[in-house]
Amino acid sequence: MGPYILRRLLIMIPTLVVISFIIFVIIQLPPGDYLETYIAELESQGEWVDPQQIRMLREQYGLDEPFLQQYWTWATGMLHGDFGYSFEYGLPVTEVVGDRVFLTTLISICTILFTWMVAFPIGMYSATHQYSWGDYGLTLIGFLGLATPNFLLALVMLYFANVTFGTSIGGLMDPQYLEADWSWAKFKSVLEHLWIPVVVIGTSGTAAMIRRLRANLLDELHKPYVVTARAKGVPPFKLLCKYPLRVALNFFIADIGNMLPSIISGAEIVAVVLSLPTTGPILIAALQSQDMYLAGSFLMFLAILTVVGVLVSDIALALLDPRIRLQGGASR
Amino acid sequence: MPSVAAGGEAIKPLLEVNRLAVDFHVHGTRVPAIRDLSFRLMPGETLALVGESGSGKTVSSQAIMGILPKAAQISAGEILFTPEGGKTVDIAQLDPDSDEMFHIRGNRISLIFQEPMVSLSPMHSIGNQIREAMLLHRDVDRREATRATIEMLRLVGFPNPGEAINAYPFELSGGLRQRAMIAMALICHPSLLIADEPTTALDVTVQAQILQLIKSLQKELGMAVLLITHDLGVVANMADSVVVMYHGEVTERGSATALFRAPQHPYLKALFSAVPHFDMQAGERLRPIREISHDFEHFSRLRAPWTEEQKAAGPHLRIRGLSKRFTQRDGSWFGTRPQAANPAVENVDLDIACGECFGLVGESGCGKTTLSKMLMRAVTPDNGTITYNDHGRMVDLLGLNPEQLRAFRPKMQVVFQDPYSALNPRMTVLNILCEPLAIHGLGSQAEQQERAKELMALVGLDPRFLNRYPHSFSGGQRQRISIARALALEPELVIFDEPVSALDVSVQAQILNLLKDLQKELGLTYLFISHNLAVVDYVAERIGVMCRGELVEVGQREQIFRNPRHPYTRALLAAVPYPDLDRPLDFALLEEGRHNEPSRWEPPFRRHPDQPSEFMEIEPRHLVRITPQGDPLRSLTS
Repeated sequence: MGPYILRRLLIMIPTLVVISFIIFVIIQLPPGDYLETYIAELESQGEWVDPQQIRMLREQYGLDEPFLQQYWTWATGMLHGDFGYSFEYGLPVTEVVGDRVFLTTLISICTILFTWMVAFPIGMYSATHQYSWGDYGLTLIGFLGLATPNFLLALVMLYFANVTFGTSIGGLMDPQYLEADWSWAKFKSVLEHLWIPVVVIGTSGTAAMIRRLRANLLDELHKPYVVTARAKGVPPFKLLCKYPLRVALNFFIADIGNMLPSIISGAEIVAVVLSLPTTGPILIAALQSQDMYLAGSFLMFLAILTVVGVLVSDIALALLDPRIRLQGGASR
Repeated sequence: MPSVAAGGEAIKPLLEVNRLAVDFHVHGTRVPAIRDLSFRLMPGETLALVGESGSGKTVSSQAIMGILPKAAQISAGEILFTPEGGKTVDIAQLDPDSDEMFHIRGNRISLIFQEPMVSLSPMHSIGNQIREAMLLHRDVDRREATRATIEMLRLVGFPNPGEAINAYPFELSGGLRQRAMIAMALICHPSLLIADEPTTALDVTVQAQILQLIKSLQKELGMAVLLITHDLGVVANMADSVVVMYHGEVTERGSATALFRAPQHPYLKALFSAVPHFDMQAGERLRPIREISHDFEHFSRLRAPWTEEQKAAGPHLRIRGLSKRFTQRDGSWFGTRPQAANPAVENVDLDIACGECFGLVGESGCGKTTLSKMLMRAVTPDNGTITYNDHGRMVDLLGLNPEQLRAFRPKMQVVFQDPYSALNPRMTVLNILCEPLAIHGLGSQAEQQERAKELMALVGLDPRFLNRYPHSFSGGQRQRISIARALALEPELVIFDEPVSALDVSVQAQILNLLKDLQKELGLTYLFISHNLAVVDYVAERIGVMCRGELVEVGQREQIFRNPRHPYTRALLAAVPYPDLDRPLDFALLEEGRHNEPSRWEPPFRRHPDQPSEFMEIEPRHLVRITPQGDPLRSLTS
């Protein structure tokens, strides 16, 4: 196991290098750069820009340097935590992102936990009570969840949260805490707001997961090894958890790698609607204004999450399933 | 009438089933699965429940265990269970989820199944699964349960129980897996063991070992056994009394002696004559329970008979020095590194004559299937040559380029063991039968459909069924579709890889007769692979016995069966259970794995790895592999 993890960690390095290069190429693909967009914007407002000043800025940000040189500066900078400079905000990227990365991660993890906590009991119930009224009812709700657009659900929930609980509209905390340092009151305020995005973002994922868990469990429930365990006298609930669920789990563990980035990117529109201080809205804005270091660093952040997620799920799979851990395949 | 013990007090039967009926509720209608089943089983006794698949054997065992599927319901009758020193309970009246039922299940009555691979959870070690039964039913702590598990594993014959406890099912051989199943069933010392086809999926030699194990444990633990099987040979070796079931009803019941000496009901008599056995006269046909007729006229007209000159060019298939080693992959730092290779097929020399049926016999893992795959060029051999006689022209099969190979394919076809997975469930039978023709671009669509109809008639199926999907056919009918598909391209050589192992005895006779007829009518050459010696004895003219990738004995059918020389062949023959009370299995001959361990064979057969060996002709055309050392010849030719 040890050498395996080490090998996987080593393989991550070239993977991330290649990803960072591709990200940089893609960001540079649209014609022009941030300054040109900036000039165009100023000129459209009737303001005049001094070409001398522009040249100075270009030099300062290294925008005139050859492509590879720019990439090298950015990539090596990242290694010691310097993610570059955001033109739009006039601040280093780390300062712009700061709390947002933390909040994004918080929302994502909460969403995954929410999805599992809701989906597993319902999926298990649906599978063991196939074609019952309960199964049909939960299936209907699941399909509704799948079909409702996230942003619509977000608006509806905002309204009800405000009317019933008096939660302030938008954001992840009450306005007075926005600039405040972390405190117990601020944390409580975050929790108060957190459940809306978690439920909204998690709903469609939950519905999809219920369907998949139900299908996977139904496949396993009638396998002979389950009958064996029944014949041994294992009580029903323990039986369900120890045998078929354990086998059906594989699928979900394998999914962790995909889940992290898809939740983060899928949540962007919701984040705009709910005006959440997460990374999504910034990424969209940065891409629009060609704020290249900011956008690039975000994309790198997503890539690292994906790679780490896949590694975590592979290790978890190997720990959970002895077949993966112990079986070597024969080659032709 | 209750039996009377020595002390004069009446012993109650351990299990008494009275007029039991089970119905399945399917789409609002009631389908009876068992009607009016009655039998009684005394403590320590063995009762065999015999019948084909679908006769209700398994449903009876599920009813007794209280694990019937949701759609099934006990509609009448009682199942009275009286454990030793306990009071009688009627399982039919118990709620399957009641505490009382949980106390019986796995504790008083336990169950072993046919397929030991899928009956054990792949995610848990066998120790975990065995110990679980102990922890559920006995008031013991983990340490004690683990100790009992190791003891149980030793009892069922694990060579190294302390380590085996941490093994996962997929790391064990089929025989060891079934032993683990038995250990799991017996750890609570139940008074009744239900064995549902416990040896059907196993090799004959392993089957004999498992039967012996069940027998000796039965004596040691004093339990009764309810044996569910379709194999009359197993019944003859195990059972005190027998119940024969057909379509959910009992057709015959009595002591094993009575039933084997004088079968009464036509069904049981038919069952006896449908099983191939070694005492059949040359040319004697099996009588299947349901005979099928088929129409071969059209196909036999298509064939040009071989001339003497073409036959003289060489055998239909000549195999020389064929070897294949599989390498184990080993995950290492970057990529994988080949590990020590195990020979799957080692230096096989074989000739198959035109129009003959060559039977290849051996236990699972002996390389039979790998050999057949190399002939089909699905696996590339490491060494050796395969030469094919194509109407007088000798073709080097391994030298064909992809284009030539494609053109060659129609000449050699294969039929697989499992008719359920060999047919694509999403294609109609028409599509299945036309596919080979379409691949080779033979004929227009109308001609292909016409050909499909003729193929159906060739295997005795109604051409009107062409638009159905495989799931609406029985196992035997599916196997016939597989055969029709293999014959669609008019091959000259057909490889059958265990074609009847997955089928019931009655259906098996049908298929075997069909294969024999087709061979004669169409002049085909067969390579027939099987682990069942009686089946090979029935169809094959010449037989090769394989062990650990090597042919150890080759000869005419009579030579192999009447005069087996190699210890491995002898062990295989000794392990076949006869449906005859006067010829019980000789368990001593099959001592733990000695038969397939070359270093433990008696000289001159004894082999050590990498020791040279050679074939010796002990009578005309009867070859045995020996290790040349000292003066072994005298002992052989005597």
